[in-house]
Amino acid sequence: MSALSPGFADPVLDAQACFRAVLEAMSRPGRVVTAGAALRPPAPLMPAAAAVLLTLADADTPLWSDAGADAEAWLRFHCGAPFAAAPGDAAFVLVTGAPPTLETLQAGTEEKPQHGATLVLQVAGLEPGRGWRLTGPGIEHEHRLAVAGAPDGFIGAWAANHARFPRGVDVVLCAADRLAALPRSVAIAEG
Amino acid sequence: MIEQGYNFAYLDEATKRMIRRAILKAVAIPGHQIPFGAREMPLPYGWGTGGIQVTASILGPADVLKVIDQGADDTTNAISIRRFFTRVAGVATTESTAEATIVQTRHRIPERALREDQVIVYQVPQPEPLFKLEPRRAETERLHALADYGLMHVRLYEDIARLGHIAKAYDYPVMVNGRYLMSPSPIPAFDNPKMHRMAALQLFGAGREKRIYAIPPYTDVRSLDFEDHPFRPIRAPHACALCGSTESYLDEVVTDDAGGRMFVCSDTDYCGERQASAAQEAAE
Repeated sequence: MSALSPGFADPVLDAQACFRAVLEAMSRPGRVVTAGAALRPPAPLMPAAAAVLLTLADADTPLWSDAGADAEAWLRFHCGAPFAAAPGDAAFVLVTGAPPTLETLQAGTEEKPQHGATLVLQVAGLEPGRGWRLTGPGIEHEHRLAVAGAPDGFIGAWAANHARFPRGVDVVLCAADRLAALPRSVAIAEG
Repeated sequence: MIEQGYNFAYLDEATKRMIRRAILKAVAIPGHQIPFGAREMPLPYGWGTGGIQVTASILGPADVLKVIDQGADDTTNAISIRRFFTRVAGVATTESTAEATIVQTRHRIPERALREDQVIVYQVPQPEPLFKLEPRRAETERLHALADYGLMHVRLYEDIARLGHIAKAYDYPVMVNGRYLMSPSPIPAFDNPKMHRMAALQLFGAGREKRIYAIPPYTDVRSLDFEDHPFRPIRAPHACALCGSTESYLDEVVTDDAGGRMFVCSDTDYCGERQASAAQEAAE
């Protein structure tokens, strides 16, 4: 096994900067921000996805990932998060390939919707200003987001996820060192 | 000067991660209260421990922090909290609303409209809007799940039946994004309309009650009312004695023991800016 690449150079301030980027993305769905540009995580883990998990995942948050042994070893070491046996048992679900269906992930309950999982979904590219039409809290009129390599049928699956609000899954889309977020409150229409 | 021996912004990193996860879920579910493991802070409950923990979890070295207590930058609570973050995080502080990137507030929203690049953090004593009507947490959780807010409508109706108007001047309940009933914290009802589709992100922290909630930018926030008794923000019918503003929220200040009193802006930065620009105009 090759030596692990390092995590954040400054664990305190880098995590803070990444959190503010994720907070901005979650507060203004569809806005693309950068995170983790200095990270060199093992493939297929992308810098932005790695940064999000370094910032938010720890021993309290079961993690599930399809990213393979190298990425799992890296995440285990740097986050200290336990790995869940199935995506439905995880608080954070990292997906680099074909995602499990949104219904199989934790969605919380009507009384405790905050227990819904966060899906960190790696895609090929994110481009604001065109593509999907996003509306909802955090968006003044309409945000547009073009997602290259989005999973097949994502819009339909998202409509079902959005419809069960306040239950649901929140998604962080990552492409290289860029990310955008889709909180469950946002509605997506094809562009 | 940064105090040695503390982590940046006082809280340890595991606590910040826990609070950050709660904040992100709060943003994703606007108006829903999320329990969190509030830590003991070096000041008592009721002095803004919830707001401080939220601020500590979002604060970075580039931020400029403003803290107000009832609109004033120069009160004990506001000064103490600014000093606290200067000591444990070394951040710049300001009394100017325009210069701040984070505004922590107790019981007011600044008069100057907040921008997209700003965050406002409210200190909340009682996050549960139904608490005085239904003290059982398990039951209020169920009422929120069912969006059953009849209790609050009856409470407001009883005011109208008895007094002819809704007699709630502060902590006036709001509906967020048409789904959750939320306590705006004890801000005057006068400030409620500022929450509606505000450009800035609004975060709420309750330390003793251990709850965090949020309103994302540009989110609908409606004060509860009735068609025939629409919501009316209340303002003292005077002009500010210092700057002459007829639009800002006023505090009544007793000036002697013979019944003397004056009305002045509660927002000291707003009032000071208006006085300065008036003085400049007079000089020119």
